[in-house]
Amino acid sequence: MKHIITGILGAAALGFAASAASADTLDDIKAKGFVQCGVNAAGLAGFSAPDDKGEWTGLDVDFCRAVAAAVFGDGTKVRFTPLTAKDRFTALQSGEVDILSRNTTWTINRDTALGLNFAGITYYDGQGFMINAAKLPGVNSALQLSGASVCVQSGTTTELNLADYFKANNLEYSPVVFEKQEEADAAYEAGRCDAYTTDQSGLYSIRLKLASPADHVVLPEIISKEPLGPSVRQGDDKWFDIVKWTYYALLNAEEFGITQANVEEMKNSPNPEIKRILGTEADTKIGTDLGLTNEWVANIVKATGNYGEIFERNVGTGSPLKISRGLNALWTKGGLQYGPPIR
Amino acid sequence: MAAQDVTRAQESNKTSPLYDPRVRSIFFQVLLVLLLVLGIWWIVDNTIENLRRSNISTGFGFLRGRAGFDISTSLISYTSDSTYGRALLVGILNTLVVAITGIITATILGFLIGVARLSRNWLLRKIAMVYVEIFRNIPPLLVIFFWYLGVLAILPAPRDSIGLPFGSYLNSRGFYFPRFIWEQGAWLVLAGLAVGIVLTWFVARRAKVRQLATGQQFPVFWTGLGLIVGFPLLGFVLAGFPLTLEFPQAGTFNLTGGFNVKPEFLSLYLALSFYTAAFIAEIVRAGIMGVSKGQSEAASALGLHPGKVLRLVVIPQALRIIIPPLTSQYLNLTKNSSLAVAIGYPDLYAIGGTILNQTGQAIEIVVIFMVIYLSISLLTSLFMNWFNAKMALKER
Repeated sequence: MKHIITGILGAAALGFAASAASADTLDDIKAKGFVQCGVNAAGLAGFSAPDDKGEWTGLDVDFCRAVAAAVFGDGTKVRFTPLTAKDRFTALQSGEVDILSRNTTWTINRDTALGLNFAGITYYDGQGFMINAAKLPGVNSALQLSGASVCVQSGTTTELNLADYFKANNLEYSPVVFEKQEEADAAYEAGRCDAYTTDQSGLYSIRLKLASPADHVVLPEIISKEPLGPSVRQGDDKWFDIVKWTYYALLNAEEFGITQANVEEMKNSPNPEIKRILGTEADTKIGTDLGLTNEWVANIVKATGNYGEIFERNVGTGSPLKISRGLNALWTKGGLQYGPPIR
Repeated sequence: MAAQDVTRAQESNKTSPLYDPRVRSIFFQVLLVLLLVLGIWWIVDNTIENLRRSNISTGFGFLRGRAGFDISTSLISYTSDSTYGRALLVGILNTLVVAITGIITATILGFLIGVARLSRNWLLRKIAMVYVEIFRNIPPLLVIFFWYLGVLAILPAPRDSIGLPFGSYLNSRGFYFPRFIWEQGAWLVLAGLAVGIVLTWFVARRAKVRQLATGQQFPVFWTGLGLIVGFPLLGFVLAGFPLTLEFPQAGTFNLTGGFNVKPEFLSLYLALSFYTAAFIAEIVRAGIMGVSKGQSEAASALGLHPGKVLRLVVIPQALRIIIPPLTSQYLNLTKNSSLAVAIGYPDLYAIGGTILNQTGQAIEIVVIFMVIYLSISLLTSLFMNWFNAKMALKER
């Protein structure tokens, strides 16, 4: 009997060791052959939404493709898991996805208590309000919204900012809280709410989907800081570094003018910084130190283009959203996007 | 020689413990328990280890934190400064409100439709049948969306509200009616109500004793109604009409003042009631049909008129068949109320989900969900079992 128990205990110990969240995400990803990426289930045009061919597109999606290109040299080796705002952190914590790239705001609580690590800020955003101007003429400021019903998605920083903003300004309101963005969209469109609140980029994106987008206006107030970015699980610094430096590589590529079109000829550039970035410097170890190949930046840019190209294609002037770079311009052009040097 | 043979025979009769069914059954039971304990230990240990590795804080301490979000419908006072624990309490109460009102309405509706299905009137019978077949075969979530997006959302905007009698209004933001504001002396009304109920109870008991002794009947219902309505009215007059009404007024965006029943609650409540009523109707029909025809024939032969046959003979016997499956329907309704999340009614599941997302305490929240839904279900079962025992055939 004693032997049986020892045997079972041994088996149990083995079993639990095997099933505990693995510490080496990169090895797991290489073994399974693709990066699992959590994106927005509701389809947020410009950030993550399937196009007419069913392919995922958007800024958040392209970031995952960039990571896949860094790891495998192939931006298609990525699979997407659509997640609601409510499920996203549990999916990342439990190892269901390797990266969460789902217009998620970086906050201290999420960084600490939730066990996440944010790899950077791929989009500087702020929360705003949208109203139906056709039905509410004369309302041109969020401060006039006292007594309004406001549609909002549950479990977001938006919901908390909304409460804070109305409290701070002594305004009354009635929240109508939905778990899914589609449900909130439908309720707003049906006239259940006077105003809709979420990140401003999201408002522009949702407005495109409404029956008559021209009737709806986004109010000028920005009531919060919403730094959106990809995150990974805590406890695996190697994987964290890869995701973080993928983001910085995209910024550096833009800064040095490396684009999807010219990346091959840039490899022959005499500029030592560009050579270092693209891994053509003699005896370079930058890529291999990261656990990747030295070609990693070249692969990223080949797959998705640099940060500026991703931005313009998905949300910028080349897209229906037509959002200007603003805070998301490079630091050299008056924005906040700043990539530490690759050296 | 002979003695030795006997002992040998006895030894060969005594089977090895390996083949003794008693020993084997004990062994396997012990093994099963051990495996179960090890399994649970393994899951718990694995979870703790994983949480520790991913640096996620654990424990129920987060319930004391500031919630920070607002809730539109709350029975108790709640602001964004309240704690997560209080937010959960708001959710539990909201779940209970929709479950209890839903159960009451579904039961009344279900009984009416169940009886209608057995009616001699062809039209009534067919309408009831169509109702049951439609609502029984649609998923409850669709019924909820039907009410929310199909009925309540297409009502006019607040400034074109439909005016109803007694200063109440109906619009896409819900149903508004005047709010009662009690002033000083209102306790007299409550006291009157209490006196009325107590007196009615005594009258009913006295009437029963008298009927058993003499056979004479007493109009308990009308007397009781008079007492229960009359005493509070008396209190109301004595206290000098301590009541004002606050009527809903048009505000900038919505109607303000008055009492507002939100469309989220209305659609969930109506959907759950209509959906569950279809099942209850079938249970009621089965119950009534389960009472043998001889019972009602015998009752008619005694000279009871049809209403009394139903009330005194058929229904009491049918209830014995009805109550156990009715309990399951009540539990279903309570659990289906978690579909509220789809239309933004702040029930336990919706608020718990928000808290889960703000704090990341997935395991704790799921444990709370399980414990609360289990408690509500067990309490419902307990009550229904008590009711069943009370209604069961008493053999004398």
